[in-house]
Amino acid sequence: MAMVGDAISHAVLPGIVIAFLVTGSRESVPMLIGAGTLGLLTTFLIEFFHRYARVQSDAAIGVTFTWLFAIGIILLSVFAGQVDLDQDCVLYGEIAYVPLDIWLTDSGYNFGPRTIWTLSVVALLITAFIFVGYKELFLTAFDPGYAAAIGLSTTAWYYALMGAVSLTTVASFESVGAILVVAFLVAPPATAYLLTDDFRQMLLLSVGLGILASVAGYYLAVWLDGSIAGAIATVTGLEFMLALFFSPSRGLLLRRKQVQPVQL
Amino acid sequence: MILHVENPVVEVHDLTVSYDRKPVLWGVDLTLPAGSLVGVIGPNGAGKSTLIKAVMDLLSAGSGYVRIFGKPIEEVRNRISYVPQRESVDWDFPASVFDVVLMGRYGKLGLFSRPRKADKDAAMEALEKVNMQAFAKRQISQLSGGQQQRVFLARALAQNADIYFMDEPFAGVDIATETAIIELLRTMREQGKTVVVVHHDLQSAAEYFDWVVLLNMRLVASGPTEKVLTQELLEHTYGGRLTVLTKVGDLLRKQQFPAREKK
Repeated sequence: MAMVGDAISHAVLPGIVIAFLVTGSRESVPMLIGAGTLGLLTTFLIEFFHRYARVQSDAAIGVTFTWLFAIGIILLSVFAGQVDLDQDCVLYGEIAYVPLDIWLTDSGYNFGPRTIWTLSVVALLITAFIFVGYKELFLTAFDPGYAAAIGLSTTAWYYALMGAVSLTTVASFESVGAILVVAFLVAPPATAYLLTDDFRQMLLLSVGLGILASVAGYYLAVWLDGSIAGAIATVTGLEFMLALFFSPSRGLLLRRKQVQPVQL
Repeated sequence: MILHVENPVVEVHDLTVSYDRKPVLWGVDLTLPAGSLVGVIGPNGAGKSTLIKAVMDLLSAGSGYVRIFGKPIEEVRNRISYVPQRESVDWDFPASVFDVVLMGRYGKLGLFSRPRKADKDAAMEALEKVNMQAFAKRQISQLSGGQQQRVFLARALAQNADIYFMDEPFAGVDIATETAIIELLRTMREQGKTVVVVHHDLQSAAEYFDWVVLLNMRLVASGPTEKVLTQELLEHTYGGRLTVLTKVGDLLRKQQFPAREKK
């Protein structure tokens, strides 16, 4: 499941290229639509290969995203002359350029960096989605069989969640690159999982750890005079390693004695 | 030996279910009486779980139809509860015992509403019924197998449904839990609820259930326990395996064949 984000972040490439070829511009909205469509197609294909072709889910993920990404690369190289996109930019992104991409209205009013606006809207949408569907998402993630028995549509919630992952991935990676997106999708929740046993706390802690990694990573990059995205991803990894060794409940070094179940 | 009842709570007609075009259940046709404890019994791979999943429409049936309380399942979802197999979920999931039991109330809540005090009270009450109230704040990863089963049962109880489908609730639990569960099921029956249990232990089946469904890909028998749990029907259900055992048993009895070599 954690790798679905990785798959989406790579597989959206053909969507972006096609959106660019159709509209001829690098406007955010067509790009988001193109990439979002491919993101959903990716989750659909993975589910299809897994469920109907009986391929293991990791193999289904591997096949789907490498294939779609390869198509994207071919499209990119064939139309390279006409497309103002390059593979490095798509894969690695560059946070340092975010302040340079300014949203200017026709009358010349300066709204500041464009991605801040798109990502704020996406953040609001995702927060609203989690708020509205919290108990349904919680239940379908834990026990889909029971959820279906009491009348929840597990398929609909699965695709809603995957749609949210898709949207987040697509909106983020044009500014920060695919690798940092994957680092943020997986590392902070995995770290939070080691630190708490409560689902709500885990969600909040993931967000906190993500913010901490961004700030710390930025200053690390300034200090090292290196890649910002690389430094941030490194900090998410460091957080995970620290939690792995020093978590009070699950840490390898400080693990408390497990509470033994009491026999009734 | 397939007996039918008047005004059944569950009515299954000509149900056929396949996985990958391979049928696992063929033409099942049965009715279950209200307010009874029903055991679904058969060997491994007989389609016991498949039957209850298909009845709840969790698996799509190739043919046939199901009526519960005389209505299609979609109209009576809120009166149905389900206790899945314990192994079907990840018990390392970050949730507390109370979180899981509270899920039993989700079906009655709409999309936007959060659990209210009444829901929390109902969840706590359900935990008390399975004698797990002291564990409400405990992480589910720290429970023993029997405790996990009680938590699942409490979740179903919190739902306050009219019919319960339970998939192997006695699998891998200790004697104390098994006794506690069967007591609870009997209380539920006295309140007029119907409980359908997938079960694999023939020994206890006669004692636990008042209606038994014998299954081995096809329906072998469905009827009151004393009429269904007979040597002949069991042999029919379990194929050759039981036959061999009984033959050995007969031989031992008739010829006084020493069970162990005497010194």
